[in-house]
Amino acid sequence: MPQGVLVFAEQREGIVKKASLEATSEGCRIANQLGEELSVLLIGSSIKHLPPKLFPYGAHKVYLADHSMLEQYSSEGYSEISYKLITERDPAIVLFPATAMGRDIAPRLAARLKVGLASDCTVLRLNEEKRLECQRPVYSGKAFALVQLTSTPQMATLRPNVFSAEELKEPPQGEVIELSVELKPENIRAKVVDLIKPEQEVPDLTEAIVIVSGGRGMKSGESFELLEALASTLQGAVGASRAAVDAGWVDHQIQVGQTGKVVSPQLYIACGISGAIQHLAGMSSSKFIIAINKDPEAPIFKAADFGIVGDLFKVLPCLTEALQKLSKA
Amino acid sequence: MKVIVCIKQVPDTEAKIKIAPHGRAIDDAEINYIINPYEEYAIEEGLRTKESLGEGEVILISVGPERASTALRSGLAMGADRAIHINDPLIDENDPLLVATLLSKAIQQEGYHLILCGVQGVGTDHYQVGPILAELLGIPHVGVVTKLQISPDKAVAHREIEGVSEVIETPLPALFTTQKGLNEPRYPSLKGIMMAKKKPLTVLDCQQLGVSEEEVNKLKGKAPIIKLELPPMRPKGTVVEGEPSETVKQLIEWLQRETGIL
Repeated sequence: MPQGVLVFAEQREGIVKKASLEATSEGCRIANQLGEELSVLLIGSSIKHLPPKLFPYGAHKVYLADHSMLEQYSSEGYSEISYKLITERDPAIVLFPATAMGRDIAPRLAARLKVGLASDCTVLRLNEEKRLECQRPVYSGKAFALVQLTSTPQMATLRPNVFSAEELKEPPQGEVIELSVELKPENIRAKVVDLIKPEQEVPDLTEAIVIVSGGRGMKSGESFELLEALASTLQGAVGASRAAVDAGWVDHQIQVGQTGKVVSPQLYIACGISGAIQHLAGMSSSKFIIAINKDPEAPIFKAADFGIVGDLFKVLPCLTEALQKLSKA
Repeated sequence: MKVIVCIKQVPDTEAKIKIAPHGRAIDDAEINYIINPYEEYAIEEGLRTKESLGEGEVILISVGPERASTALRSGLAMGADRAIHINDPLIDENDPLLVATLLSKAIQQEGYHLILCGVQGVGTDHYQVGPILAELLGIPHVGVVTKLQISPDKAVAHREIEGVSEVIETPLPALFTTQKGLNEPRYPSLKGIMMAKKKPLTVLDCQQLGVSEEEVNKLKGKAPIIKLELPPMRPKGTVVEGEPSETVKQLIEWLQRETGIL
């Protein structure tokens, strides 16, 4: 009988991603409710030092696939390893972080296993039959769907920044199990040949705690410097509305909204953004929303917890300066 | 080169969402349907590939009810050569495993070198059909692609991941899921719209794809929606107006009092 919870933990360059710790923690809560064990799968190269990082979050076992051919992520190589482990160990539940990697590998595995997959979940719970029910935003958050997983293993990807990663006071005595990796070069056809890093490290929007976003009201790409200044004071990231991206002021990678990123930071500061339904869809699950706009009728004020009606070119420098003073004090 | 572009017809991103009385799907009585925006990039990339290689055929495939033919005609008007519409009352167009399986059958019948799909279907936001389809066909895939160079036997793709881009090389045939930034989709010309009416559009049901009713029922409903709800209303917030120094002061007091972020 299928048993236990398995979490696919993403690491890149020897660092376990925060979203993976969140998934591990949620896996631990579910495993505890089932009275079953939590295992974690780590795949990469030269990562033998990583398992102890997962024990504090409740992992009883860490399966380690450490091989030079696994240095870079590949959907084929990583799914081969994961598929083998899942069929051998027969877990009842398999969880992934809904990162670029998790979103890439989970559907391939679901297809191979011929099971259902709930994507980008924001709440997991067990029903009376101890089966998983997953809440997930649809229409970019304009509605929430409760999804039941009727096949086994029950698979779900977990949206980053939503579940809390908690270190246990009394973590289990973890065990590391090294997997034998039998991969042939022909198993990996699509290969990573290069990584392009931006000149300046930018925090990823989906993982950011604070996001300062600009819209049409910014009037130019240059004025995004005002947002950069505020964001750096709050150790946050800069986002943009579709209007600002389509005007060519900023890169599409930072677009928030239905055809951009769906984000859920602790604090979202919308500057010069009117609040089109498209945009609201992408940020309405933020914990706190602040709006700065000169138009008191802008729909964004209906979504905001705190709004300032005013000229952002005056308000923003004033706010940044006040916050800098505060952090020095 | 045979280029397959999988497209889905989705509710307009501007649409206001209402829940149907049975509470498991949206009420689409007033919904305007459009081509999934991510698949406009896929169509455009297919057309550009054919143009740059100087040969080839761009075939659109969509799984959906009667109305999906409108999306296929729009794609034909952009310049695709022909279209296949998979339509059967047995189908749930929002079920990723079922949809990908039916697509795989049609694509196998057709033959292919390159497959393009949007990174996600706007609305259901599963991010699943592309990778599932690649797995079912036994070919490599690269997801979330923002740059793509196709040569006759291989492709180099830029894939967007957190904070960086991966450059991935793969032999063909392969599947790519397309992301905003890949290209600027063209608008159909008047001539294109006229020509689209005459281009071949084949309608296939499950039986014609060699999938029995029993198989369909076995594939679908592995992750059904048991309840659909609107998000809870946010409580009404505070709005202030006045001198920047004064409003900023009020904001900072509110941040300290309510959020615990500072």
